[in-house]
Amino acid sequence: MSAVLTTNSTAAPIHQASPGLWTLAWRRLKRDKVGMVSLVVVVFFLLMIAGSYTGIVAKNWSKEVGVSYANPSFLSGAVNLEAKVENKESVAKVPYVDLSDIDPLAPRYKEWEERTAKIKVTETPRAETLLFGGDKWGRDVLQKAIKGAQTSIFVGLIAAFIATFIGTILGALSGYLGGRVGDFMEWFYNVFSSIPYILLILAFAAVFASSPAMADFRGVPMVIAILGLTGWTGIYRLIRAEFIKHGSREYVKAAEAIGASHSRRMFVHILPNVSHVCLVQLSQHVVQFIKAEVILSYLGLGVPVDSVSWGTMLAEAQSELVIGKWWQLAAAGISMAILVTAFSMLTDSLRDALDPKIK
Amino acid sequence: MEHILQVKDLNVKFRLDGGAIFDAVKGTSFDIPRNSTVALVGESGSGKSVSAMSIVRLLPREQAILSPRSEVLFNGENLLRATDARMRDIRGKDISVIFQEPMSSLNPVFSVGNQVSEVLRLHMGMTKAQAWTRSEELLNEVGIPHPKLRMNSYPHELSGGQQQRVMIAMAIACEPKLLIADEPTTALDVTIQKQILDLIAKLQASHHMSVLFITHDLAVVGEIADTVVVMQNGEIKEQGTARQIFESPQHPYTKALLMCRPNVSKRPMRLPVIEDFMGPAGLQPEHLAQRHRGYAPDDEIVLEVKNLSKHFQLKEGLFKKRDVPAVKGATFKLARGKTLGLVGESGSGKTTVGLTLMRLHSASGGEVLFDGVDLLKLSERDFMKYKRRIQIVFQNPYASLNPRFTVGQILLEPMTIHKIGKDEQERVQMAMALLQRVGMPEVSFYKYPHEFSGGQRQRIAIARCLTMKPDVLICDESVSALDVSVQAQVLNLLQDLQDEYKMSYIFISHDLAVVKYISDQVMVMSDGDVVEVANSDEIYLNPKQEYTKKLLGSIPKGWQEEKAA
Repeated sequence: MSAVLTTNSTAAPIHQASPGLWTLAWRRLKRDKVGMVSLVVVVFFLLMIAGSYTGIVAKNWSKEVGVSYANPSFLSGAVNLEAKVENKESVAKVPYVDLSDIDPLAPRYKEWEERTAKIKVTETPRAETLLFGGDKWGRDVLQKAIKGAQTSIFVGLIAAFIATFIGTILGALSGYLGGRVGDFMEWFYNVFSSIPYILLILAFAAVFASSPAMADFRGVPMVIAILGLTGWTGIYRLIRAEFIKHGSREYVKAAEAIGASHSRRMFVHILPNVSHVCLVQLSQHVVQFIKAEVILSYLGLGVPVDSVSWGTMLAEAQSELVIGKWWQLAAAGISMAILVTAFSMLTDSLRDALDPKIK
Repeated sequence: MEHILQVKDLNVKFRLDGGAIFDAVKGTSFDIPRNSTVALVGESGSGKSVSAMSIVRLLPREQAILSPRSEVLFNGENLLRATDARMRDIRGKDISVIFQEPMSSLNPVFSVGNQVSEVLRLHMGMTKAQAWTRSEELLNEVGIPHPKLRMNSYPHELSGGQQQRVMIAMAIACEPKLLIADEPTTALDVTIQKQILDLIAKLQASHHMSVLFITHDLAVVGEIADTVVVMQNGEIKEQGTARQIFESPQHPYTKALLMCRPNVSKRPMRLPVIEDFMGPAGLQPEHLAQRHRGYAPDDEIVLEVKNLSKHFQLKEGLFKKRDVPAVKGATFKLARGKTLGLVGESGSGKTTVGLTLMRLHSASGGEVLFDGVDLLKLSERDFMKYKRRIQIVFQNPYASLNPRFTVGQILLEPMTIHKIGKDEQERVQMAMALLQRVGMPEVSFYKYPHEFSGGQRQRIAIARCLTMKPDVLICDESVSALDVSVQAQVLNLLQDLQDEYKMSYIFISHDLAVVKYISDQVMVMSDGDVVEVANSDEIYLNPKQEYTKKLLGSIPKGWQEEKAA
């Protein structure tokens, strides 16, 4: 770097920023092939949900475009009994019974028929096959999976942000201040974490769902709140340990010696030094919360019926599997597996890249 | 065969992050004769440890590249070509190594006896009972008191010196033919250092082994080495018998290494540094002007400390608390523009005095009068005004700078907190000026601490204190973690700054030669007690207390002093 610099260093005043720890971490991440592939996958998913949010893709996921349980296009030859039944019902002719002599409305039928004829009815033909098949109502499973990704990832990301935020603040206070504050928080943490996790989530869900104050808060925001408010415990413990460790480091003492306040020492000095822990925890919790949202929705406590998430898709899939319609399960399962795996591997690479050994 | 080990044309390169190659050792050759001690001396980065580690093949496999021409002949066998199994056999049995940090080299969850006897069982095929008995003899031989009891102790129950003795016991357990000691005394107090050096010298003679002793401090090896090899930047600058090296050094670098360590008998105005010797003219150290030290009766007193004491409370059991006194009634005065040296072994309470003065620890009693105001009685808010006037430079420059701050942020922060300077622009200018003052280029302003060496970081830490223009600067072992040559530069800088800004220093160190050089008055501490306070020349020429005499006796004397004595 210095060799390059000497050519122009005489001219311009030296304002050359040198690589900070984040820049170095990014360089190391770029060399990690697995990490970069995972990053590309994750970015692809994020772009996809941005697309579905703005309506560029999967806008019409709720349109019933295909026949019930439409076959995936690569299985177009397969027999679709469900669709046949539906079609038969709609075309079946009921034997005509003449009731005109006893029907008081009989003289008006003709008039009504003429009037209905004036209204144009265009019946969209339902597709026999869809790209990745259809669900019970003939909705495109692929579009559902994309839209479902939007809900699931959104829930995972926001809930992870909330949990990391709570965990970091509480962990910082407890680890840095210690003493009575620390003791109190440890008690609170112990009580909180002594409740089995799933039970805790269900309890929160039950309270939220039944309280009238939360009425316009149901659905996705509720899921986010539940996950965020219950998921901070692990992060709290880690951040607390980091703050205890860093609190006694010389650079913090040096900051105290120059007169930096407590909050400055906590958040300006120590926090950037433990931020890699926050980041890794954040991404781990995104994965965990995506899975938790699936569980919640599967149990019927998650997102409402008028929207779709990977969890609701999986919940629907259990009845479909019985009649051999596997593609909804596959679509939700595969996309979730890809994202979660990519995210986990990205997290691992991030941890390697951010490992502050170079200090 | 005369030589137990011959290193021939050793070339080691390291693969760095990003594919760059770093030449660590560039074709060094040296021999270790039987029954003798060879010292490998050089600054950090000189390749001395790398050379030693490549003898036992303990370099990281992925990064280190050894040249195919290199040879390490141990009794005629090329170790660089030996199989891994053969190397495992040799390591610990024929060649053993002791490291710098005894605390991290011992396993904390096994008892000392367990760890020593494990070596014996693995390499000598002894039974458990045999190994245990032999371990006890070994602990006795390396001078651990009550070896029978200590066999069941865990590493944390031993002092640093005792831990190093255990490491030595493990190293000599299998009667090795070669002992490699990698800076074995650097982390220890002077008094302990002396004991360990004596022990190694004694064992070398009684066990008929050879020792390869690695250090950055030439003075340390004067008493024990037969042959000295001086390395710089991966090359051997000079090698010869200890007499040649100490009495008539040929290479300017060797001369510089010998001279830049403060000497108890001389006190030049500035310490000579390596560059002085490497210049075209060289340097005639005999003609350096000498500096006079000591308090004068009309000195203005900046800081007066009366009966300062500090107790730490240890919890015992559930509810009991026990007071552990760290400082028991320290009383001293600090004059403007003068330096008070604080010496003592670790645990003597010297650092606690420094931290308590600044209220980084709360004091248990006593007064600290600064401009007639008792700092210990002020409220947090009132103390803020005084905070900038007493500052501290810590020991470890790698830990005392926040790694996520640029040097600029580090320097601007205290000015922002204490509202020094009109606006940001003026502060930046002041920071730039200070960087130049401590001998750092202005580009450093935009860099991060990890891009600098230890000495440079210590300069940055000093610049950070200077931003607040303090009256009193506490240097807590500020040069102890640095190489002797870098130490001389930082000491010179501190001296220049004192002359320029008339600052007063409290200089805390375990190194008596450094304290003698920089201090006007010296305070000797032991177990929290002030043993002796006097002008520095007086205390060194005419120590009154037994403890002071003992401390002075353990200063490494190098070669010439020993001959004179």
